[in-house]
Amino acid sequence: MKNYVIIGGSVASVGCIEGIRSADKEGKIIMLCKEKVPAYCRPLISYYLQKKTDFQKMKYRSDKFYQENNVELIYEECKKIDTSNKSVYTEKGIYPYDKLCIATGSSPFVPHFKGIEKIKNKFCFMTQDDALSLEKTIDKNSDVLIIGAGLIGLKCAEGLTGRVKSITICDLSTRILSSILDEESAKLMQKNLEKNGIKFLLGDSVSEFNNDSATMLSGKQIRFDILVTAVGVKPNIDIASDASIETEKGIIVDNNMLTSVPDIYSAGDCAQGYNMSSDTKSIIAIWPNAYMQGYCAGVNMAGQIKEFDNAIPMNAIGFFGLHALTAGIYKGKVYKEKSENAIKKLFFEDGKLVGYILIGNIENAGIYTSVIREKIPLSSLNSNILKKQPSLAVFNEKNRRKKLGGVV
Amino acid sequence: MKRIYVNEEWCLGCHLCEYNCAYANSGIKDMVKALKGAEINPKIHIEESGKITYAVSCRHCEDPICVKSCISGALSKKDGIVCIDKNKCIGCFTCILVCPYGAIRPSDEHAVQKCELCINNSVEMPACVKGCPNKAIVYEER
Ligand SMILES: Cc1cc2nc3c(=O)[nH]c(=O)nc-3n(C[C@H](O)[C@H](O)[C@H](O)COP(=O)(O)OP(=O)(O)OC[C@H]3O[C@@H](n4cnc5c(N)ncnc54)[C@H](O)[C@@H]3O)c2cc1C
Repeated sequence: MKNYVIIGGSVASVGCIEGIRSADKEGKIIMLCKEKVPAYCRPLISYYLQKKTDFQKMKYRSDKFYQENNVELIYEECKKIDTSNKSVYTEKGIYPYDKLCIATGSSPFVPHFKGIEKIKNKFCFMTQDDALSLEKTIDKNSDVLIIGAGLIGLKCAEGLTGRVKSITICDLSTRILSSILDEESAKLMQKNLEKNGIKFLLGDSVSEFNNDSATMLSGKQIRFDILVTAVGVKPNIDIASDASIETEKGIIVDNNMLTSVPDIYSAGDCAQGYNMSSDTKSIIAIWPNAYMQGYCAGVNMAGQIKEFDNAIPMNAIGFFGLHALTAGIYKGKVYKEKSENAIKKLFFEDGKLVGYILIGNIENAGIYTSVIREKIPLSSLNSNILKKQPSLAVFNEKNRRKKLGGVV
Repeated sequence: MKRIYVNEEWCLGCHLCEYNCAYANSGIKDMVKALKGAEINPKIHIEESGKITYAVSCRHCEDPICVKSCISGALSKKDGIVCIDKNKCIGCFTCILVCPYGAIRPSDEHAVQKCELCINNSVEMPACVKGCPNKAIVYEER
């Protein structure tokens, strides 16, 4: 009987458990987790602040999940991996493994700002605990300053809307969601956020803090009661690099999620695996990717062979009812449609769809995503329909019949 | 397991499946009350392209990417059926981002909606299948 150890207790780890159990019902699984709760839906912490969900509903799997899958969930932090005697160490115990998966995710990256240490009410926005402490501190009169106009900062702002007096977001970048959207698309999303009361200071950041006010690089003064830093995240890779497992930005994995060290796998936000869109190894820090990498790792750990070789960046983000769905890479020839509240941009290269941005009308977006992931050449598709409105009519009759008349 | 299969050759493009779906899922007994004047938002939809028409609803994939991608744990597979827990869904549209069939759509509530083979509608056969006048939509083992 195999001993499996998984470090981390979030979505990549759950994927890993389900992957292992698809092939091995017997082996013993130990899951070590620093956060003292079973896996929960991390991206939903802003919906929690909006009161659209609660911690019970946010549980990623049912309460019986760990028992049903014969998983021992241990709330301890892994401090060290010893690859020579194949054990991992916490402060309290030693856990030997035959197969190990590192799924430690990422932590907030908080750059140093002068005077930040004197601020009492400062938060990150990554965990249920963060959401809880933020909730306890805010009131109707709070002025909130958020540093970072990426997904996490903006989601935090949406979550706080209506519960505080004002929200200001600053970012060094001149556009919001700069890693996901281009200028024009970012403007459209920003307009909608502004309509809902959120203020932006773009191309600007904090130069220094003086207790309850921030002096911006532009010289502006911003008074605030509550500070949220959401500048970015850093992958948790120290225990891996300390054990001489190859790391760059993340832990390097192959298409089986195997690291540079035999029997050690990695998945999720800490793993740097193949990105089909850029044709490089990169971290794709999104929930679906974490699950699929974890699942793939688990199957391989259990001794079967599985590859995950078509990961692409993709995002579904929405604020106040306006949704943006994006995938792939934005290069090559562009097909564009634009109206007041909607944008469609498709990117074509080498006879293939390689990326898209859809805002507003997002119906059937997944057909675009699958055309990208499956690298289907445009020559075998009806590209006029593809451009106008994604539907199964983009495929030829034979393919469509397979999709609608077969087991898929 | 039994699934819904569609044969585009026999589809008349009559949209009856959409109405039957909307009615079956409305929870309203009286068909007139459920449908008359209402803008329906069914879990099956007809796509048309030139002369071709066919119905699209959830394929209940063997290895459903929507379930793997769901950020709220609302989508799951139970006895082969891809189910949605509306209580957990927060309408982030990640499933719409990944469904290769365009079978998941926003609903009139906060959650998304998709075909669940009428399992919650206490009928022995999905409403779209039962009402299809030309047997273009069937419910069978393949
Ligand atoms: C506010 C917010 C909104 C988001 N929205 C979206 C979204 O809409 N769509 C999307 O796709 N993604 C979204 N994400 C990103 C998504 O949450 C992550 O990609 C995903 O959680 C990564 O999962 P993971 O399992 O790799 O790691 P994580 O979820 O980061 O979990 C890692 C776990 O490992 C634990 N851990 C770390 N080190 C150790 C150790 N040494 N020993 C034991 N345990 C350890 C950590 O405490 C943590 O519990 C969002 C993230 C945030 C914060």
